[in-house]
Amino acid sequence: MISGNVKKRGLKNHSDPLFLVKIGIAGCGGLGSNCAFNLVRSGFIKLKIVDFDIVEASNLNRQFYFSDQVNMPKVDALEANLKRINPDIKIDAIRERLNRANVKKIFADCDIVVEALDEVECKSMIVSSLVNKVKFMVAASGIAGFGNSDQIKIKRIKKNLALVGDLKTGTEKVPPFSPKVNIAAAKQADLILEYVLKGTTE
Amino acid sequence: MILRINGEEEDIAGCDNLLELINTKRLKREAIVVEHNRRIVLKERWRETVLSEKDNIEIVSFVGGG
Repeated sequence: MISGNVKKRGLKNHSDPLFLVKIGIAGCGGLGSNCAFNLVRSGFIKLKIVDFDIVEASNLNRQFYFSDQVNMPKVDALEANLKRINPDIKIDAIRERLNRANVKKIFADCDIVVEALDEVECKSMIVSSLVNKVKFMVAASGIAGFGNSDQIKIKRIKKNLALVGDLKTGTEKVPPFSPKVNIAAAKQADLILEYVLKGTTE
Repeated sequence: MILRINGEEEDIAGCDNLLELINTKRLKREAIVVEHNRRIVLKERWRETVLSEKDNIEIVSFVGGG
């Protein structure tokens, strides 16, 4: 299946950058699962999704899963959901907990990585481990709560690293809800689309 | 010593290395990524990273949620 937006842009399939780039998604919770569907709908076809967890009923308030997928490994459920959008995508689904010892190896074949992890220790670990290894990385900080959603901003830390979020509202203090999580996840996906199609993050 | 921290010049006293700077600023060590003159410095290297006048420091602080 040729994705609609690739057709619309009149590009040749084999040379389209959307078909060549491999995107790693670290964490398949609210950010990772929603960012992934935005990437697939945008026309990307090579993804590596990594998460150790299973789908829980409490995830359904914001994550891209369905009630009949509760107790499934998130990577398996996400792969199935993404393939319902485009059956021709190539997904590496890795059920593993990311740590300093395995993160570089797991994402070694990815051009771009989405930081979509939950805990601050993991976020800082993956960004510091990978930012010098990948072409482009999008991380997130401050996506919890509701209201003031214009505060979900993009901060360009360096040429190959952007940060999305309000930089202050963490899940330590307030629970996450679908709208702001989705705004942040969509912004992460849009940064990647911009980077790949324009070759720039400006 | 004048350091440029996250784009703003700050006059920091008594910090010879990155670890001392992070302690002085009371930053949560596990929640930050630190760049010194545009190079990411891993936690283990903070103590040995000596600071000099006009160094560029970028500190990314994370809050939880993904």
